[in-house]
This record gives sequence, C-alpha cells and structure tokens, in this order.
Amino acid sequence: MNRFLWPLVGFVVLVGFLAVGLNLNPREVPSPLIGKPAPAFALPQLGSDKTFSPQDMQGKVWLLNVWSTWCVSCRQEHPMLVEMSKNKAVTLIGLNYKEIRGDANYDIAKISPESEKGMATERANAWLRRHGDPYALSILDLDGRVGIDYGVYGVPETYVIDKAGIIRFKHIGPISPDVFSGKILPLVGELNK
Amino acid sequence: MNRLKFWCAALLCAMSLTQALHAKEAAPVAENEAAEKRLVAISSELRCLVCQNESLAGSQAELANDLRREIRTMIEAGKSDGEIMDFMVSRYGDFVRYRPPLKGTTLLLWFGPVLLLVGGLGGLFVFLRRRTRRIDDAPLSAAEQRQAEQLLKDAGNGKAS
Repeated sequence: MNRFLWPLVGFVVLVGFLAVGLNLNPREVPSPLIGKPAPAFALPQLGSDKTFSPQDMQGKVWLLNVWSTWCVSCRQEHPMLVEMSKNKAVTLIGLNYKEIRGDANYDIAKISPESEKGMATERANAWLRRHGDPYALSILDLDGRVGIDYGVYGVPETYVIDKAGIIRFKHIGPISPDVFSGKILPLVGELNK
Repeated sequence: MNRLKFWCAALLCAMSLTQALHAKEAAPVAENEAAEKRLVAISSELRCLVCQNESLAGSQAELANDLRREIRTMIEAGKSDGEIMDFMVSRYGDFVRYRPPLKGTTLLLWFGPVLLLVGGLGGLFVFLRRRTRRIDDAPLSAAEQRQAEQLLKDAGNGKAS
C-alpha cells in the first residue's frame, strides 16, 4: 500500500506548491524602502511657484500617490482616491509621474523644458478638474528622477509615510476598496495615535 | 579587362570613403567604449521591473531607458560597479539582480537544488541496498532448485523434440 501512497503524497505536495505559487502576483515586488526614510526631494507644485519636499510633512501621516493622466489604471483608481480624500484622517499628496515624457504620443526631444512644464501643468489640471481632485497638492516629477528614488516601476503606486518620515507601506497598482479599508485606513489610524 | 579594373578601383575608393565617413561619425562612441561596455555588463545583470523576463540591457521599456541613463550618469561620475548595484538594490530590492546575494533568506534558493540532488542520490542508494538485500535474503530452497533445473531441462528437451 505504501508503495502507491508515496506518489500520491508527492503529487499533493506538488499541487500545494503550485496552488500557492500560481496565486502569487509576480508583479508585486516587495519594496526595500519599507521601514526606511522617504527619499528627500524638492519638486515644483502643480499650478504654483512653490516647491514641496517630504520634510514639509514632518509630524503628519500622509499618502504619496504616484499618478499620471496617461496611466489607464490611475483613471480606474481615481474615484477611490476621491472617496478616500473625504476621510479627514487621510492626506493625499499626488506625485505626477512623467506627465509628458511617459506619454508615447510625445517626443521629448522636440519639446523644450519650459514648454514641457507648461504642458504637464495644463494636462494634469484639466484631468483633475474633470475627474475631481483628491490631492492636498500635487507635484510634478517631469523626468521621473524622483520616481527612481522611490523605486516606482508601475504607476499607480501609493506610499504611506508616518510622522517621522518613514515609509510604512507601499501598494502597487490601483487601490481597491478592500486594500483601503483593510490595510491603509487601519495603518493610518494606528500611525496617527 | 582594363575597364573592369577601373570599376573595381572606383568601387574600392567609394567603399573606403564611406568607411572614412563612418569612422568620423563613430569617434565619440569609441571614446566612451569602455563606459558603454560597463553599462552593458551592469545592465545585463539587472532585471527590468516592467518586463520581468528581460534584462535591463535588452528591455525597451520606458523605465529601462531611464535606468540605463541613470547608470550611464553614475559611470561618468566615476562610481564603481558595486556602488551602482547598491543604488539599484536599495530602490528595487534584490529582485532586480539576476544573481541574488547569498544570505539567510536566499539559502534555500542557492542550495535547494544541491539538497534535492543529495536527497535523490540518498534515496536511490537506500532503494538499491534494500533491493540487493531482498535478492540475497531469498536463496532457493533445495526443492526449488531441483524444480528450476527440471524446468530448464524440459525447456531444452522441448526445443529438440
């Protein structure tokens, strides 16, 4: 009997491994930035002459949401963000990622830096007017350099940053209601204590 | 014949001329040849986060272009290969490396195959030992021996008749 049981046991173990392995999302790469200070930067704010840097948020819990108007999943995520922004505990800062350069319709070699900023501002503002603006403020990362420092590889991405400026959580892809109510909101509540 | 020679010479001239023109164009690249080689060597070791089965050297993804530019800037700034690797790993994790470092969490990854091989060989050894013992353990009894000889003899006779 044993002789026939062992292959069965092996088979069940293999199926177990496959069941777990095939249900993992290979696109979700754990960020090494969790538990580390949010990388410093100073970027121009959308529609203003001021700059923004993470130090400005010292003592507050905040969310950094990476978005762009050419990003289809961002469009999908947007109503959720608007819903989230109604909750007073949540402060959303938008990082507009490569608004013009990331759009395959534009050739950046033919666009001057000044007009790039103008175009990005116009497009981003139009988008926020149309779909609602959930952000306390948005910043422009025109060349994606800050995105690299944050390890952005698939927009949208969202970081939860605590009062001391430490990244506590990163979500890759659109935020679903489950992720918000199950992970982000409890974490923000805890960090706000 | 002479005309053929003339055309051959003309062709050679034209070829060498275009070559000279090309050489002129290629000069700045040649200057950076060492840097470009290093860029290719480093980026071949790195995974593109967007198209995960492509290396950073081979990927045409937007992010791969940005990261190659970043690496080029670091090479120009005189950063070592190790520093560039650290830069990438600190942002994207060990996942970006095609050759993950040897540490606690990757021990199974590195030595798992060896472990499986040793286990398999051990299993095979035990199985073979047990089988030999089973064959040794059951010698024929005197009666069985006689029966076997009888059968062999019968088979021989059968063929003859």
